[in-house]
Amino acid sequence: MNTPIRAVLTLLLLLAGWQAVVWLSQAAPYILPGPLLVAKSLVGHFGLILRHAGITVVEILLGLVFGTLLGAGGALALSWFPAARRWLLPLLVVAQAIPVFALAPILVLWLGYGLGSKVAMATLIIFFPVTASFLDGLRRTEPGWLDLARTMTAGHGAAHWAELRHIRLPAALPALASGLRVATAVAPIGAVVGEWVGSSAGLGYLMLHANGRMQIDLMFAALFVLAIIAVALFFTVDRLLRRLLPWQPDSLPNEEGDR
Amino acid sequence: MPDQASVDQAAPAAVGIELRGGALAYAGQEVFRDLDLQVTAGRTTCLLGPSGVGKTSLLRLIAGISPEASAAGLTASDGGPIAGRAAYMDQRDLLLPWLRVLDNVTLGSRLRGQRPDLGRARNLLEQVGLTDQATARPDALSGGMRQRAALARTLMEDRPLVLMDEPFSSLDALTRLRLQDLAARLLAGRTVLLVTHDPLEALRLGHRVLVLGGSPARFGPPLEPSGDPPRPADDPALHGLVANILHDLAR
Repeated sequence: MNTPIRAVLTLLLLLAGWQAVVWLSQAAPYILPGPLLVAKSLVGHFGLILRHAGITVVEILLGLVFGTLLGAGGALALSWFPAARRWLLPLLVVAQAIPVFALAPILVLWLGYGLGSKVAMATLIIFFPVTASFLDGLRRTEPGWLDLARTMTAGHGAAHWAELRHIRLPAALPALASGLRVATAVAPIGAVVGEWVGSSAGLGYLMLHANGRMQIDLMFAALFVLAIIAVALFFTVDRLLRRLLPWQPDSLPNEEGDR
Repeated sequence: MPDQASVDQAAPAAVGIELRGGALAYAGQEVFRDLDLQVTAGRTTCLLGPSGVGKTSLLRLIAGISPEASAAGLTASDGGPIAGRAAYMDQRDLLLPWLRVLDNVTLGSRLRGQRPDLGRARNLLEQVGLTDQATARPDALSGGMRQRAALARTLMEDRPLVLMDEPFSSLDALTRLRLQDLAARLLAGRTVLLVTHDPLEALRLGHRVLVLGGSPARFGPPLEPSGDPPRPADDPALHGLVANILHDLAR
């Protein structure tokens, strides 16, 4: 059976299970709306949901771009300057232990209710996995390749830079890619948490707002769209990375392999 | 294109290697000390020995990539430095997986910021039988093909000295014999120092075979089998020598 059919079947089964729970528990629609009700709400509020989803998507994408640039740049700087590594790496490790969500109220206080605080939140949450995995990749170059390069560049200047550009950097790209996969998975969390803490737009805002007005079906519809966005984003980035780095063994199990 | 091939094989003026007072200690244990080695210019010298005797470290010391071993004196026979005049080939192919075979072969030029001579690279790939694989990535190649690509990369460096560390040890027996023949043909005229644990390989390829053994390790008397390399693998005289060497190594 091929993958799309399997995915659709799984989805249908989940929906059936959901409907069964609604029937069996006799839950009120404002506690647990059935899939049909949510679908109706999705269609009825489609324009509204789409507008808010657009804002959330922009926040996620901007966060991804800034987080990746900062993270990759930070990793390069740390690997290039040993002194920076000695001073900043312990700080980075400690900072990683701070729950970034706890910073959300401060970010909203400083950057306001608009896009800025959400992008900053997503950027922050992405920065750490990207930096950590790329730096790891840059520091774990196959020693044999570096030895070989050393015999080739012996007696020539600028060997350090050439080694980074031609060997260590490309060798670290798969590590950067796995950092990016993690980043893509967590970026929506950053944006939505930012929206929950204080905002006037976005899917997170819409969900809170709908919750406050007991429009649980709308809340579920917004959640459904958020999930679709997150999954679509992840698979797009994953496919893109695989196409860009075709020499790398896949980090996800390959469908061709288990057929 | 035999003319083209012979042009490519015209090695730069051959120089030998003079090593004096080589020393290596590993985990507080002396592996070798006061080791002297002369490698004759334009000839292939094979270095044999049991594992742990420090032969790879000795080779890497000459290649300038051994932080652990040291030497009192290390020069080329003309008094110049070794650095920048030696090409190194490892027992692993060390092909960069993201580069096409052709780009792997020309890696040295790009690391030095020079324009790669693609014509020469293609010609070398033809000589090692990889014309059709020039644009393939290494993961599409068999073990033997990968090692042939590594050989082409080594030759592309066009250095007077070639240092090889068990270059064919990861290959099956038949592929190994074929690659030995190929290497002997393409490396003719260069100064080659080849480390191996395979006595037959050493005797097929070496003008001179040195056995390193003991603790601290010393060279035994050099062996100079008759005839030009590559000597046929089924030569009974070689097998007699193999038996002698194995006997020495087992002592």
